[in-house]
Amino acid sequence: MKLKENLENYVFVLPAVTIFFVFYIIPFIWVFQLGLFEWDGISFTKVFVGLQNFKEIFLQDKNWWQSVRNAGYITLIALTLQNILAFMLAWACDRQIRMKNFYRMIFFIPPVLSEVVVGMVWRFIINDIEGANVINRALVQLGFSNLAHNWLSDLKTALTTVAVVHCWKGFGWGFLIFLAGLQTIPRELYEAARIDGANSWQAFKKITVPLMVPVIVLVAILTVLGTMQVFALITSLVGGEFAGHTSVPVLRIFYSMLRSSRFGYACAQGVTFGMMLIIISFIQYRFSKKDQPR
Amino acid sequence: MFFRYVLLGIFVLFSALGCSGQKVVSKPSVTIWHWMTDRDAAFQELAKKYETLTGVKVNFELYAPSDAYAQKIRAAAQGTNLPDVFGILGEKRDFAAFIKADHILDLTPYMEVNNAAWKNSFFPKALAVNEFTVGNSYGISSGVYGVPVDILTIQMVYNKKLFSQLGLDPNQPPKTLDEFLQIGPKIQAAGLQGLVSGWGEVWMIDCLANDYAFNIMGKDKVLATIKGEIAYTDPDWIKVFTVFKQMQESGILAKGLVTMINKSAEQLFANEKAVFAFNGSWCVNVYQGMNPSLEYAAMLPPQVSDKYPMSIWGGAGSSFMVNARSKNKDEAVKFLIWLTDQDQQAYLSKATNNLPANKNSLAKIPEVLAQFARGMDYATHPNVWGVSEFSTVIEAFDRGIQSIVIGEKTPGEVAAEVQEIKDRELAKKRVK
Amino acid sequence: MFKPFYYKSKKIILNSLIHIFLISVAITCIYPLLWMVVASLKTQDTIFKDISLIPHQFHLENYLLAWKAGGFGGHFLNSVIYTVAVVFAIVIISSLAAYAFSRLRFKGSKLLFMMFMAAMMIPIPGSFVALYMLLNKLHLRDTPIGYILCMVNVGLSVSIFLFKTFFDKMPQELEDAARIDGCSKFGIWWHVALPLAKPVLAVVVVFNALNVWNEYILALIIFDSRRYMPLQVALQAFQGEFVTNYPLLMAGLTITALPIIVVYLLMQKYIVKGVASQEVFG
Repeated sequence: MKLKENLENYVFVLPAVTIFFVFYIIPFIWVFQLGLFEWDGISFTKVFVGLQNFKEIFLQDKNWWQSVRNAGYITLIALTLQNILAFMLAWACDRQIRMKNFYRMIFFIPPVLSEVVVGMVWRFIINDIEGANVINRALVQLGFSNLAHNWLSDLKTALTTVAVVHCWKGFGWGFLIFLAGLQTIPRELYEAARIDGANSWQAFKKITVPLMVPVIVLVAILTVLGTMQVFALITSLVGGEFAGHTSVPVLRIFYSMLRSSRFGYACAQGVTFGMMLIIISFIQYRFSKKDQPR
Repeated sequence: MFFRYVLLGIFVLFSALGCSGQKVVSKPSVTIWHWMTDRDAAFQELAKKYETLTGVKVNFELYAPSDAYAQKIRAAAQGTNLPDVFGILGEKRDFAAFIKADHILDLTPYMEVNNAAWKNSFFPKALAVNEFTVGNSYGISSGVYGVPVDILTIQMVYNKKLFSQLGLDPNQPPKTLDEFLQIGPKIQAAGLQGLVSGWGEVWMIDCLANDYAFNIMGKDKVLATIKGEIAYTDPDWIKVFTVFKQMQESGILAKGLVTMINKSAEQLFANEKAVFAFNGSWCVNVYQGMNPSLEYAAMLPPQVSDKYPMSIWGGAGSSFMVNARSKNKDEAVKFLIWLTDQDQQAYLSKATNNLPANKNSLAKIPEVLAQFARGMDYATHPNVWGVSEFSTVIEAFDRGIQSIVIGEKTPGEVAAEVQEIKDRELAKKRVK
Repeated sequence: MFKPFYYKSKKIILNSLIHIFLISVAITCIYPLLWMVVASLKTQDTIFKDISLIPHQFHLENYLLAWKAGGFGGHFLNSVIYTVAVVFAIVIISSLAAYAFSRLRFKGSKLLFMMFMAAMMIPIPGSFVALYMLLNKLHLRDTPIGYILCMVNVGLSVSIFLFKTFFDKMPQELEDAARIDGCSKFGIWWHVALPLAKPVLAVVVVFNALNVWNEYILALIIFDSRRYMPLQVALQAFQGEFVTNYPLLMAGLTITALPIIVVYLLMQKYIVKGVASQEVFG
């Protein structure tokens, strides 16, 4: 009886686990161990070099760490600008206001578009030399002509512009998740607080924020994971790595694969990248658990 | 209940899709994977023609962009699933690696047949890119392993109308760098853009830098540097880097040059917003499509020194290789022979405004294209030098120049950085 | 006497500010799309001269041109087939697994779930080459099934996570009632869990439809011929050729972006409905 029941349970997870094992675990192991080899991706022979690739990444590859810094910068902007905006929007939509459904619908449209579409359209809108140059035109009209810039071609602003466009594309996800979280907070708590004489700000601080912490952490982790992996947006917005200023880890990995024909090294970079992401996610998770009453 | 029928339907769909059995091919066919978006239509025409002539079906399949194409080829090579004919978008050492892995058919026997009839129909420089010479540093036995389907040169072009506007003689393009730089302030004053080029794609920077390197120090010293005998901190190399600094300071370069993709640069030149462009001969076709009334001419990059000749990159534009494991090798080779025959080359040249690889295809080509063709005398190409620079050094080199152009680093700094990476690579004792 | 007035006007001001905020964000969301569509209706010469949002002439033929030039026809159908197949498969497979992780007890349950979560966090850039080799060995490479299976795997972790989070919060009473009525475990999953999970289901559908519809590099690499290629591959080739022919480019982009927006609009009312209903979350 027990055995039959157990077997039945396993059937539930069997398809998922099978597909997972075949299409994730196996490629993962292959890529993982490939980081220990020097291979050009073409020949049928590989040279075992042990940890040399990793040594090179950590000690010598300045371009790699620059790309990590760039991705980190974009992620930082995403964590702050994007998520604060998403939270504010979710909070605004949580209240009893009209046109709630309309807003909910609209805000999720940017994430639905592919990175390529977003990059191409924004490139068209922002670019001053061969685009419509809308932002600069608007600034001039409003009287801020000294703020007009080559947003995408000026090295100082290129990365930030990419980060802002990424926020535009990404805030819809945070919005959705925050909204779902806000809606699970029972209204009675707010009622009780109001009866006790608390104003909205105090209610927000004492009720909303503590209850939303797990959701905030979830969104933070998802933001970091998603943003660090950005690359198609960069290719369509600025065309390339722009002397390293808009370089990101995934682009560096593709470079190693194709241009320098060092597939083993690319895999080592990929493994390093994955490890970094896991450590960051873990730290975020731990950090949240610290404050939570158990 | 309804849902169950839907599930059943999905299963049926799955199985139907999954059962893509092997198609039984009765007559021989040749499958060619290519990346040339502008030539797909012309290729399809030729394929149809070939089929009516010989009954052999030729499938041209376009996969773009070229980076994705290169990935696809490499993956296919790993799985030994390469098509009958394909191209390798990579460096000579990648080419060598493919040959060593037995992916590429040695075409030398076909070339040498009939007193080297096929071989001699090509411009020698076009073939050189696909050839491995005796005693090359890649360890490949000498021979021809690829077929050029067109040739190209990469030079500068200038807008004749804008020249007149600026008060310059439209028939006298600048011949020296000083003349060139002096035009910078005029362009700025007129509110135009100067030189446009796809320098977001770093290889174009590499190309121009190498042109100046050959001009300043001569071919031998450049090759010696690659071999590691001379450092990049040598004064001649600093001169090369300084050329870019001078260009940037004089205002002759367009705004945002370092983020431009080549297509954007082509658009700017075609729309007469830019006075100069650094582009390859394929641009003739592009400009014609964007602005048929454009008046422009080709010129060599204005030289710095007259001790050595100015050199440009030229040679085979696109080349095809034959899969050594293909079941249709002979048919593939036969098709390539037909494709590079003078009539087909003339057709391709006319239809796509690219220079023919066959030297007998003296079809009526536009004057601008002829100017590009004349540049072949000055042409060279990294794939014929016999040595390759380390890719990390090339990357640092190109990125360094990008930094100079945006005013971030000085020539001296870049030279030191590049040499540092070169020393590191040499220390690893990797001999290419 | 003052107080109600004070509170009422404060409320009105606050509400208007909120509305202004929301509307401005909504405008920035729609604006680029509007630009995209409007640009696609102009021609290359007028596109920069005429910067108004309403073009003087509607050049609808751009869409036909883009459709033909990009060869979108068959690829569109392919993308639809892949998206539908993958979404169906993932919904079934991941909800089954999530239900098991949430409600059923068996050895290794926690470990397996941890593995799925870890997979969510460790991307494998360049995995398409590994998948290529793998599919090759399985003789599934140049087949739609191989591609579909790969894409199912891509969305598996997140979908399982979403479903499990939902199932965890599901009230036990409904399941107990079903069990008392003699429902098997599968029956509970099918008749109770899944129908209740409609909002999460909608999110899973949209999320995976997104991924499959916008994917191109894996398809480009593992398929041998254009026959099976999805829409994005055709778009890439199209965009490489027409990247500065903005009207055509925008028309092409609109063609590829529109279906997924439609799917989202259809699904979003389920997401909204579920999110708004308090009964499930209690």
